[in-house]
Amino acid sequence: MDFDLMFTSFPKLLGATVVTLKLLSVSLFFGLFIGLLFAILRLNKNIFINKFAYGYSYVFRGTPLLVQIFIIYFGLGQIEYLRSTFLWVILKEPYWCAIIAFTLNTGAYTSEILRSAFQTIKPGIIEAGKSLGISNKIIFYKIQIPIAIRQSLPAYGNEIILMMKGTSLASTVTLMDLTGVAKYIISTTFKPIEVFIVAGGIYLFMTFIIHNVIKYLEKKYSFQ
Amino acid sequence: MELLAFGKTGWGDELFYATLMTIAVSITAMFIGFFFALIFTPLKLSKFKSLNLIGNFYTTVIRGVPELLVIYLFFFGGSGAIMYVASIFGYFEYIEINAFITGSMAIGIISGAYSTEVFRGAIQSIDKGQFEAAKVLGVGKFAQFYKIILPQMLRLAIPNLSNVWQITLKDTSLISVTGLVEIMRQSYIAAGSTRDPLFFYSFAAVLYLLLTFLSMKLINRLEAKYSRGY
Repeated sequence: MDFDLMFTSFPKLLGATVVTLKLLSVSLFFGLFIGLLFAILRLNKNIFINKFAYGYSYVFRGTPLLVQIFIIYFGLGQIEYLRSTFLWVILKEPYWCAIIAFTLNTGAYTSEILRSAFQTIKPGIIEAGKSLGISNKIIFYKIQIPIAIRQSLPAYGNEIILMMKGTSLASTVTLMDLTGVAKYIISTTFKPIEVFIVAGGIYLFMTFIIHNVIKYLEKKYSFQ
Repeated sequence: MELLAFGKTGWGDELFYATLMTIAVSITAMFIGFFFALIFTPLKLSKFKSLNLIGNFYTTVIRGVPELLVIYLFFFGGSGAIMYVASIFGYFEYIEINAFITGSMAIGIISGAYSTEVFRGAIQSIDKGQFEAAKVLGVGKFAQFYKIILPQMLRLAIPNLSNVWQITLKDTSLISVTGLVEIMRQSYIAAGSTRDPLFFYSFAAVLYLLLTFLSMKLINRLEAKYSRGY
């Protein structure tokens, strides 16, 4: 065991953790909106809209995240037309490509989580709202969405942790996140175990925090 | 379309073999995972706190650390660890492990952590009366597990195991960083030499979708088979 290396690499890895957290929070933020949008589209009665939303979540959940990042980072740059539009400002940056891929990926999973939460809401609750003369719009925003969010908390907590692990793939498109820096230190020092313990420890610590925050929220917003 | 032609002019045969490689790695990893689950599930269900701790340590660490980091650990540390063990037995030559073995081991250990959780959940949801009835009838521990618990457990475990299979299949794409030529690596090579990354990565996505779709069909059939009588 090379404890010196563990001590010297810790601040470097901690600095890279900031990149990981940035990637995670930005993509979760946008992913939540996309997830909510597609969950609502899934509940739409129009078969085309419905199938479109289903197709989106099927494709993004059925393919590896790595493929999605590569298509966006390496693939989209190939389209000449895109290079001449303002989108190129975003698509030439690996940082934004990673965020787009993560957002679309977590959006697909989130849409499934929210859809099943919407579907488990008891019809009696909506009927009660209707019989009280509350408009459909308010029933949706004030009753269905809050209940669905509470229902989906445990599953969404898992999704956050999966996404946190997913951000490690940003290192494949030259971003120096926690895994990227860990790989760099490993390949220069050839001490994989020491670096794994430190980097893995940081990841586990983040998992622990996320897990407990979700647990706290579940308790706070429980029905009892 | 000529990009996908078989033979020397296209990438069809290369991608076909790469797909077979992905399937081979996934299946090997899944079985390595079952092997680990077979060890760690009893530990997690054990009455002894210390054994519980070992089981929980395995599943928590593996499920809380990115797959890519585990793969790097195996890729950079694998041959070092083997050489260290060999040196104890007096063998000092350089040993290089095959990328297939390293990759399947890394993915297998990850898949094993998920399988362990699935088996634990399945065993815990079997009615206690089944264990007691077996005991009362004087069925031995071994027969109790294989003839009574396992068949019931499989029925409960199959839907969740199909999720584990999907995760494992998608995780194999990460082994491409170690240079093993599976779908992702082959697409990378093809994209590099033809300068057509959009086509090849999209085609890789289609291949993965096809694999997940076909395996879901197969698993549904299996599920129907094991839930006969329910």
